[in-house]
Amino acid sequence: MMKQYDAIVIGAGHNGLCNAAYLAKAGLDVLVLERNPHIGGASVSRELYPGWTYSNCSYVCSLLRPEISRDLELPKHGLQVVPYHGGVTFTQDGDYFGNYPDEERQLREMARHSPRDASAHQRFEVDVMKQTRLIRQFLLKTPPDPTSFKPKDLKGLLELAAAFTELGEEGLLDTLRFWTLSIGDFLDEYFETDVIKAHMSGSGIIGTALGVYSPGTAYVLLHHYMGEVDGSVGAWGFARGGMGAVANALASSFLAHGGEILCAADVRRIIVEKGRAVGVALANGDEHRAGIVVSNLDPKRTFLQCFDAGDLPAEVRTRAKNFKIRGSSGKLNIALDGLPTFPALPKHSPLMLADMHFSDSLERLERAYDDWKAGTWSQDPYLDMLIPSTVDPTMAPPGKHMMTVFVQYCPPTLASGPWTPEARDAFGQTVIDQIAQYSPDFKSLILDCEVRTPRELEDEVGLTEGNIFQGELTFDQLLFNRPFPGCAQYRGPLPGLYLCGSGTHPGGGVMAAPGANAAREILRDLRRPNTVPPGYPND
Amino acid sequence: MKPHDETLLLDTPFAAGVRRACQLQDWGHWKGYATPNAYEDVEQEYFALRNAAGVFDLSPMTKYRISGPDAGAFLNRLLTRDVGKIGPGRVGYCVWCDDAGMVLDDGTLFHLSEGDYRLCAQERCLDWLHWSALGFDVYIQDETAAVAALAVQGPTSCAALQALGLDGLQDLKPFALRSFAFDGGELLVSRTGFTGDLGYELWTAPNHAQTLWDALFKAGRDYLIRPIGMAALDLARIEAGFIQAGEDFVPADQVLRPGRGRSPFELGLGWLVDFGKGPFTGRSALLRERQRGSRFRFVKLDVQGDKPAADSFILNKSGKVVGHVTSAAWCPSAKRNLALASLQMPWGRPDDALYAEIYYSRELHWTRLEARCKVIEGPLWDPPRRRQTPAPDF
Repeated sequence: MMKQYDAIVIGAGHNGLCNAAYLAKAGLDVLVLERNPHIGGASVSRELYPGWTYSNCSYVCSLLRPEISRDLELPKHGLQVVPYHGGVTFTQDGDYFGNYPDEERQLREMARHSPRDASAHQRFEVDVMKQTRLIRQFLLKTPPDPTSFKPKDLKGLLELAAAFTELGEEGLLDTLRFWTLSIGDFLDEYFETDVIKAHMSGSGIIGTALGVYSPGTAYVLLHHYMGEVDGSVGAWGFARGGMGAVANALASSFLAHGGEILCAADVRRIIVEKGRAVGVALANGDEHRAGIVVSNLDPKRTFLQCFDAGDLPAEVRTRAKNFKIRGSSGKLNIALDGLPTFPALPKHSPLMLADMHFSDSLERLERAYDDWKAGTWSQDPYLDMLIPSTVDPTMAPPGKHMMTVFVQYCPPTLASGPWTPEARDAFGQTVIDQIAQYSPDFKSLILDCEVRTPRELEDEVGLTEGNIFQGELTFDQLLFNRPFPGCAQYRGPLPGLYLCGSGTHPGGGVMAAPGANAAREILRDLRRPNTVPPGYPND
Repeated sequence: MKPHDETLLLDTPFAAGVRRACQLQDWGHWKGYATPNAYEDVEQEYFALRNAAGVFDLSPMTKYRISGPDAGAFLNRLLTRDVGKIGPGRVGYCVWCDDAGMVLDDGTLFHLSEGDYRLCAQERCLDWLHWSALGFDVYIQDETAAVAALAVQGPTSCAALQALGLDGLQDLKPFALRSFAFDGGELLVSRTGFTGDLGYELWTAPNHAQTLWDALFKAGRDYLIRPIGMAALDLARIEAGFIQAGEDFVPADQVLRPGRGRSPFELGLGWLVDFGKGPFTGRSALLRERQRGSRFRFVKLDVQGDKPAADSFILNKSGKVVGHVTSAAWCPSAKRNLALASLQMPWGRPDDALYAEIYYSRELHWTRLEARCKVIEGPLWDPPRRRQTPAPDF
């Protein structure tokens, strides 16, 4: 007789593990199934070159909800997030724009490019922070269903309305503009300098198959500003040991609560009996049974690949098919024999610890997007590049360095057909050539380079089309529309089926909030006491 | 392309002299510049301001040059008071608001010559000035780094500056400006300050700064002149009842949470609002406020006892919180325990029974006081020499 679990979670990504940890904490008997031989999903650290640790996919940490980190005792389970500060965009004329952590120094640097922009930056920060404060209240809440008259939905809608009211008369109008504007248009309302706008715009396009002048990208910037490190809202940090440390700590916490993880367990099908999800069938023929099945996979993969077609309503299959989850980015992870030099930067500049970029105008960024539309990778890509080994001593041997390079844009398939190893290498070379334009010794320091296109992300991690957020973060796919109406409260279309991945509210970025929110809804349905902590209130 | 600048803190043009004098090495920052909190002894520095003369390096203060054919009209649209009444050679204290009538900052407007102005402020507002200037033929430039400035304040300030060679300075009226030749260049002197006493502010090009510092301290030695840091200045300005952006109010453009801004009326600056002068930014909102009433009252409180009421809640008779203290100090010259406070309306009337909730520690033993407060009408420190022309002998 096969063991019957209380819950099976498909996918040991950070949300699956977070969800499982909260279910196990509530006393449920929980099994997490992971297709890969290792856990983590896109929150993973791997040693692909001896002595070097790569954060293969996600690479910096800010959005991980502090309430969860504390409640699941992630520090005790090995997670340490060390903040890093600042950013720099190199310009083609040999100069740069530095975004220094010290406020006055940053203003001075901005004033070097434009005194007016330096002064406008304060207005920009305040306006973005107002929107940040609005959305942060809803990260650890289930989005209310606006069509429902259930008391909890009405209460949720009232909370939403109250949050808008708190912003004042113009708050609602500002918010609607902000959620629908392009990041380019938004920045044009504050800044006049190309390189400053280009620097600030990066957060509006990362992970999104849209250009800097595509409507909706201003919200994506907000998504990158709403996290925190130790109360410093908008700050980012390195997870010590790479982003795998997040998943590992969640897994350790889950195991401590009595959970079970099975790796190399490739779920092929969610078993439906009498209209109810009752278990899963693996590629090797094994079956596992549980009272409920929770999918950490993206909605498209969940509904279109894990079910017999007849088991789901047509509407759900249609909505899943239409769910926007376009891949837009690639990644290079590079083992370096030493710290590369950037002659534009003064020696010992603190900006060597910052995120680095090479796109100095919105026009170049928009052209980079044009290449994606035409079905090729950007010939002049946008890079978000960091050297975590300048902060984290565990990433590379002493004196050596590890570099993580997020690359945009990179299409899920090429105009010429699917990705090939040759095309992937050519993509990697485009990126390396761009960096080398600003760092003459960079190429000679490369010991190893892992090149990842959306195809690797889909094949290895399972994210459809290689979209890093499990679905685009545009207004049409947010809150009660994430992933789509009817499934926005973590419940699937069948009894016993739940979603807990970043395809649900509040989206991707290694927040763990979807996993926690889903656990709360599951426990509510099971009439179990809630184990998920409430979000910290706005102060 | 301007040169890269990797320094963390800037030096003011007076840095050589300031660094020599700053024996305590008690440094703070002000707008990105290294600034002494105290040079040798805060008490001595404070008493220099009230008994002799104190010199404060105010170079980091934000300074904008505003000129051009529409400069006067632009400023009249920007500021709440009638700029037409500030003639050439005069200085005016002023505030400016956003369209909701919330104060962005207060500062001083120097009418240098016909149609040529300098606006000095605590906060940066270049962005706001530019937006406000849309459609005006006006030239706006940040000249913070281009102007070196010293405040020389206290009873012997006039004498010390005369000894420096500023002949006839005693006839300069309060809030007036005069230019002197100095070091082969120009030294602009205004009878202004932030201490509520006789005092002057000196403005010159950075290349004259070192000479000015050295000459001033040489000439002022017999007048017991000494450099003063931020701590002594803060004490003097609280005693004088002057408010400061970021301390006593949050500039409207930095307000995140609704309702945290303050109007001029709510800061006790209603006298700076001139509804008769024609349109200005914030006018409709301020008119509405005048009709409907303000939300807050800004008051000076005489707090019973000698424990400063910094950060205190203000309670009414029934123990309800009706406001909070924004700045507080025991005032050594006025011999009062002063608190500046923002109270909810209608509190702060002359006869209201109010209490400051004060916590203080003696050898880690904490005591909580509810100290009776009395609303003070009028200034606490206002020596006649502040307004007298010619400036009297000390």
